[in-house]
Amino acid sequence: MAIESEILVVGGGLAGLSSALAAARDGADVRLVSYKQSTLRQASGLVDLLGYTPDGEGPLTDPYAAMADLPASHPYQTVGVETVREAMAMFDEVSDYEGGHTDTNALLPTHGGSIKPTARYPRGAAAGLASDDRDTLLVGIEAMTDFDAPHVADHLDAVGVPFGVRGETIRFPGDLRADAKVTRYAKLLDTNGEVAVRGRNVPAREALAQRVNPLVEDAERVGFPAILGDDNPGAIRDALGDQMGVDVFEVPMGPPSLPGLRLEDRLFEALDESGASFETGNPIVDFDGDGHVERVFMEKNGARIPLSADQYVLATGGLVGKGVESDREGVSEPVFDCHVPHSDDRYDWFDTAVFGDHPFAGFGVETDDDLRPLSADGDVEFDNLRAAGSVLGGYDFAAEKSGSGVSIATGYAAGASAAAEVR
Amino acid sequence: MSDAQPTDFDPVEPNTGEDFEPVEVFPDSDDFDLRPGADSCYKCSVCDTNCPVAEVDDDFPGPKFQGPEQWRLKQTDDGYEIDDSVMSCSNCMRCDSACPSGVPLSQMHNTARGEYVEEQMDKLSVEYVRNRILSNYRLSASIASKVPRLANFAMNFGPARWAMEKTMGVTSERDFPEFAQQTFRQWWAARGGADASRENAIESRERRGEPAEADKKVAYFHGCYSNYNTPEVGKAMVHVFEYFGYEVVAPEQKCSGTPMFANGMLDDARRHAEVNVSSMSDLVDEGYDAIASCTSCSMALRQEYPELFDIDGIEDVASNTYEAIEYLRIHEDVKGEIESAEVSGELAEEFAYHAPCHARNQGLERQAVELFRDLDGVGVEDVGDSCSGISGTYGWKEEKYEKSMEIGDEMFEHMEHAEGETGMTECPTCAMQMEHGTGYEIRHPLELVEAAVVE
Repeated sequence: MAIESEILVVGGGLAGLSSALAAARDGADVRLVSYKQSTLRQASGLVDLLGYTPDGEGPLTDPYAAMADLPASHPYQTVGVETVREAMAMFDEVSDYEGGHTDTNALLPTHGGSIKPTARYPRGAAAGLASDDRDTLLVGIEAMTDFDAPHVADHLDAVGVPFGVRGETIRFPGDLRADAKVTRYAKLLDTNGEVAVRGRNVPAREALAQRVNPLVEDAERVGFPAILGDDNPGAIRDALGDQMGVDVFEVPMGPPSLPGLRLEDRLFEALDESGASFETGNPIVDFDGDGHVERVFMEKNGARIPLSADQYVLATGGLVGKGVESDREGVSEPVFDCHVPHSDDRYDWFDTAVFGDHPFAGFGVETDDDLRPLSADGDVEFDNLRAAGSVLGGYDFAAEKSGSGVSIATGYAAGASAAAEVR
Repeated sequence: MSDAQPTDFDPVEPNTGEDFEPVEVFPDSDDFDLRPGADSCYKCSVCDTNCPVAEVDDDFPGPKFQGPEQWRLKQTDDGYEIDDSVMSCSNCMRCDSACPSGVPLSQMHNTARGEYVEEQMDKLSVEYVRNRILSNYRLSASIASKVPRLANFAMNFGPARWAMEKTMGVTSERDFPEFAQQTFRQWWAARGGADASRENAIESRERRGEPAEADKKVAYFHGCYSNYNTPEVGKAMVHVFEYFGYEVVAPEQKCSGTPMFANGMLDDARRHAEVNVSSMSDLVDEGYDAIASCTSCSMALRQEYPELFDIDGIEDVASNTYEAIEYLRIHEDVKGEIESAEVSGELAEEFAYHAPCHARNQGLERQAVELFRDLDGVGVEDVGDSCSGISGTYGWKEEKYEKSMEIGDEMFEHMEHAEGETGMTECPTCAMQMEHGTGYEIRHPLELVEAAVVE
């Protein structure tokens, strides 16, 4: 016997979650399995559709309009613009993100001081839009070296943002250790726990507002690195904003990322509400079947747990997520051993310029119109396996700023198609 | 890199000479090789975001430091001593399932903690003696269970508890768990042991239309708590497995070692592990699978044993060990039977379910919620992904009690908000914490399976 479901999704990132959500909302019995926690924790929490063309033109104003000109091998061309729209509508329904009111990209300041085009952003980032002309104060925390507020402000100024911007660095109130985790700040603010300020215990939100208040001057909005709570970010922003008389926003940060973590929580909650089953912690390592996946095996410390389904979705990620692996001999997809096109000569895998046009960035499986991976001969590898997200080849998400959008769109398409097969 | 010594090394044209072998910069060691794990860490800090202790304790530097970073410090500095903060790690093992790069964090923590206790901790200190007693719960329990009524009174007798806190650092805030009047093993023996189980299994197989000689047999690792404190869990396990046609044996066993790992008492843990592996591996050879009802016990047999000890047969035992309900989900249509069942009577309740950290690490955090989703007469609500905070012996230590409750706060709050006023979890110490924080009675999912399909 085996643990059974109608559809089994392998991978718990944006692509896997979108896939499982789409299928479960269509009434299918879905199970999602993920080796480790979602890599959303390492992502900024912004949801990009398409920020630049493959040739580097941009920032693009209307990502949907630009999709028609993408190469035929691009995943957006595989699923079609209409499916991308449907997928984003599903995302808007299950998340509490902003930006869905328009087709055009929003521009957001990053923690490096650049401006990034993105399609959806968390509510916490909304007051920070670069198209907003209100004067801005950025507040850095002394111990958090990856957000140097004065430096970020200078950068934003240099790229010509339409508002005045200053950066100030403070010590976080209370005597936290120098390398306190982002979750430590978040927990303190979530619970509004007391911190010691000049020998007196003060609730953390109040203490933080008091410390920043004298620095506000004429600024109409104040941006913090994204540490403002895990469970109650809205309430924390409101409390700080009320006490300082400004709008408060968060600047998305690098890993580990609270906005990414909040999005992960929200999507898993939506998956639970949809009636799907899921588990994390152990990898799928092997499968039975020839041309048709019969069942897969999950490895738990040497034990092999069989799982079987009618339809499977491969959403294991790309080179970073380990859905695509490489060594000196070649590039492979480790679960089903699907074909990953690449040159035999590994010196052709990269460009010599650091920010050059690297072929490895586009490594991944090729599929037919229904997202089913193709062998080297161009045949469908398994009739009941679809691929979604970064395991797909044919696009460079880092250069295009299309990672989240491709994951959501192809995940949605694979899930809906799998659900149609079992109905 | 700023604090590194300047060198003349030229990476483009290596000039280190023939003698330099880059893969052998660290000395050889007879222990488990932790280097590949340390090298796999790319410092994303996702482990730190999962650490329930770092979230509330400003003195705790987090799993990334305790694991790969401390290991590296130890290799490069002969005089380096393990940082005493390793004793504040509660061994919840959440960092393991967080790491996207497969770094064996808990193995590194357990190893470092063992070394700290062995080499740096004063063996005459109150802390050492207290930790040793706490981690050898099986010993105390086996004595107490001989006189359960007296023990139940004495262990919660106010003045005695005051004295224990003052002299030993065992918090007086908690009630000691009650000892059962009859242990699971006494019940098992009185019932006829393995022979009786075999008869029951054959009877079930006939009723189920399966061959009487079907090869369905499991070895039950009940652990200390089901034996001494909650034999009803052990009995439920036996009844459920027999119902599905399995013969059960209850082999000789000691403590799984879970509290010993958490306290760095690796010699004690090894001694117990040797007994457990020896009796389990014989049975595995005969075709039995090892089943545990406590998720920390199954965690120990599956992961900690092969990570920490080199005992004959240990890999076989690990790869044939399962959590009880997980095993049924793989081999039987337990979901189907539960969907068509109905529960009435004592367990027809709304439950506030907490997934123990060690269940989470085995991928079982959703098992109970999903299994009982369509069971008539019962509701099971997940109270969220926070840690209960007790982490076995951790929350029993006087100096850790406040932290333990601070970690548990989120779970208590969610339990209060949940519809039910009965708790549910697989882990005996999580159950203690749930009861301590809310006053709810706590049940094990196996008891509910029993109520649904057996009765």
